[in-house]
Amino acid sequence: MLKKLAPWIGFLATMIILPQLFSSILAISILNQMAIAIVFALAYNMLLGQGGMLSFGHAVYFGLGGFMAVHALVMIEFETVYFSVVLIPLIGGLFGLLAAIFIGSFSTRKAGTVFAMISLGIGELIAASSLIFADFFGGEAGVSGDRTFGPLFFGVDFAQDVEVYYLATFWVFVATVFMYLFTQTPAGRMANAVRDNPERAEFIGYSARKVRFISFCASGLFAGVAGGLFAMNYEFLTEENLNAATSGRVLLMAYIGGLGYFIGPIIGAVILTLMNSLLSNYTELWMLYLGVMFVLTVMFLPRGFAGFIMMHQMAWHHGKLKNLAVPYLITGLPALICLLSAVALIEMTHTQDEMLQYLGMSLNTASAFTWIMAVAITAGTAYGTRRSLGQLRIAWENANEPLTGDRE
Amino acid sequence: MLEVFIFATLNGLVTGLLLFMLASGLTLIFSMMGVLNFAHASFYMLGAYFAYSISSYLGFWTGLLVAPIVVGACGALVERYGLRHVHKHGHVAELVFTFGLAFLIEEIIQFLWGRDTKNYQQPDILDFPLFTLFGQEFSAYRGFMIFISVAIFIGLYYTLTRSRIGIIIQAAITHPHTVANLGHNVPMIFMGVFGVGSALAGLAGVIAGPVLTTFPGMAVVLGSIVFVIVVIGGLGSLAGAFVASLLIGLLQSYAIASDVGMPDLLDLLGVSFERSHPLNDLWTMTLPQIAPILPFLLLVLMLIFRPTGLLGKREE
Repeated sequence: MLKKLAPWIGFLATMIILPQLFSSILAISILNQMAIAIVFALAYNMLLGQGGMLSFGHAVYFGLGGFMAVHALVMIEFETVYFSVVLIPLIGGLFGLLAAIFIGSFSTRKAGTVFAMISLGIGELIAASSLIFADFFGGEAGVSGDRTFGPLFFGVDFAQDVEVYYLATFWVFVATVFMYLFTQTPAGRMANAVRDNPERAEFIGYSARKVRFISFCASGLFAGVAGGLFAMNYEFLTEENLNAATSGRVLLMAYIGGLGYFIGPIIGAVILTLMNSLLSNYTELWMLYLGVMFVLTVMFLPRGFAGFIMMHQMAWHHGKLKNLAVPYLITGLPALICLLSAVALIEMTHTQDEMLQYLGMSLNTASAFTWIMAVAITAGTAYGTRRSLGQLRIAWENANEPLTGDRE
Repeated sequence: MLEVFIFATLNGLVTGLLLFMLASGLTLIFSMMGVLNFAHASFYMLGAYFAYSISSYLGFWTGLLVAPIVVGACGALVERYGLRHVHKHGHVAELVFTFGLAFLIEEIIQFLWGRDTKNYQQPDILDFPLFTLFGQEFSAYRGFMIFISVAIFIGLYYTLTRSRIGIIIQAAITHPHTVANLGHNVPMIFMGVFGVGSALAGLAGVIAGPVLTTFPGMAVVLGSIVFVIVVIGGLGSLAGAFVASLLIGLLQSYAIASDVGMPDLLDLLGVSFERSHPLNDLWTMTLPQIAPILPFLLLVLMLIFRPTGLLGKREE
């Protein structure tokens, strides 16, 4: 029992301790973004990872939930309604669910390409209409509210970002627990069955469409909760929050993290938020690196980062993980240097200054020597990495070889 | 009234034919590999940028010839070293790969050419009014666009239905194993079709760049509409794509040129609303205003009521 609960306690403890370790304003704002991204990515994974439905318009439920949440904040401010702002994420979830019930009633008829195309169409439709219906969506400027009104919640008025973070922590934890429990219910297991083979699922008496519809609604609900958290944190929403770029970002998070695993989207959300907020301080080109990382992940790590970690399960069980350390180092070191010098080359091409500050070094972009060195190091280490792949493959096969006892 | 109608028709025709150049490649690639290529519009954008760079050194006509070839080569490389590798992970992975590629190409273009709009001009030789009707001019360049699109359409049609290579391609779509057994290199055919499809998109970019402006967002603007066309026309149907391209082109053009809206409809019905009505935006919207969302509305309706599209085959 304790073993089962341990990851959850660890997750909650980490979330509670983090703002004590990183207490700057920037860090808190990053942590808030991370919390929102985790819920959104997990909700997305319910659809794609567990239900097999590829959506290009999931920001619709996030955004609609968020817009309703902001409108609720405005209503609290003008005392049209009277309840504490801690319930705002629920408002978001409710309207995310309603939108999903309406749209899912026709879009979940088919999975695959048809579903992907409907989701794309609906996404574009809602994003474009948000600019037309300016009364509700606020046009280009968006809608803003204020979270400090309404009855106090045990004396907390949520004027500080940290207070919002702890509220978000509560909702992230609740949402994550419910999303995990959903995967354990018959509905969650059937979602996997329909994803893998809808025909067989129909033969044992389940309507594939109904199963997809249930997953879709649940996913819409949690996307709406994420939208509500967003509204709580930023206090304003614009058209950007329900357009294709937001939909694309959540797809990136879930995919880079790893679709097949519950923890995957959490990893993806953390990685992407960190890249978004930290890397963008150092370079204008972070989106380019993100794109390269995404394409490489799809090509070489189809199960994402979580899948990469899980690949080592067998070696770990056999106690052979330590045999992999040296081979990893032999391949990893030149690969890392190759990566860093390739990035240096890209930055040198992009920069306008004569001296480029990079990893504590000053690179003179005007001198041919710097360029020759950078190209030589990149090419040399790329060759070294390629040469070292052979020993890694042999070590990998050795580590994953079934134990002699298993064969009998 | 008549002049508005005629010019809206002509402009709709230009847009529709341009869209078909993109949609035809996308449809061909889909019927071969069963994957909708999200990066297709990115090749269109690459075409415009390559042509811009080439034309600033060697003139417009060299760009018109060389840029599509370069884009086609890029497409073939993507198929050979990217898509073929991802193929074994399944359809979703392929779709996600092309999605990531579209994202990456946009970033690469911003890296190489910058974020600003490029001053890619039409050639001086075509910078004159082709004819003047009711005091409005129709530029020769638009006529040239129609000419190129129609020429490509006829060329494509004859290649696919009359030539030996076209027949092999058609056979490879439906019976890849049989074609392989007859000694044709099917992966090579796939790569070739992907390359030619990309080159067509590139060509569309070359001729559309001066009119629709060359900027890093041009793929996003057109990309989703091309998807709409391919789905409305029926996935994998070239004739359907042609009909749908013209339909969408004309629909948007008429909607923009018209000046009717909900107020006119309400007047006709004798209903009136206060300005303060909560659904005020709904009662005051006009057709030109909603022109950008019409294709998506059509897409959603089509997928609900006729998921196979206009001329698509019945699903098995």
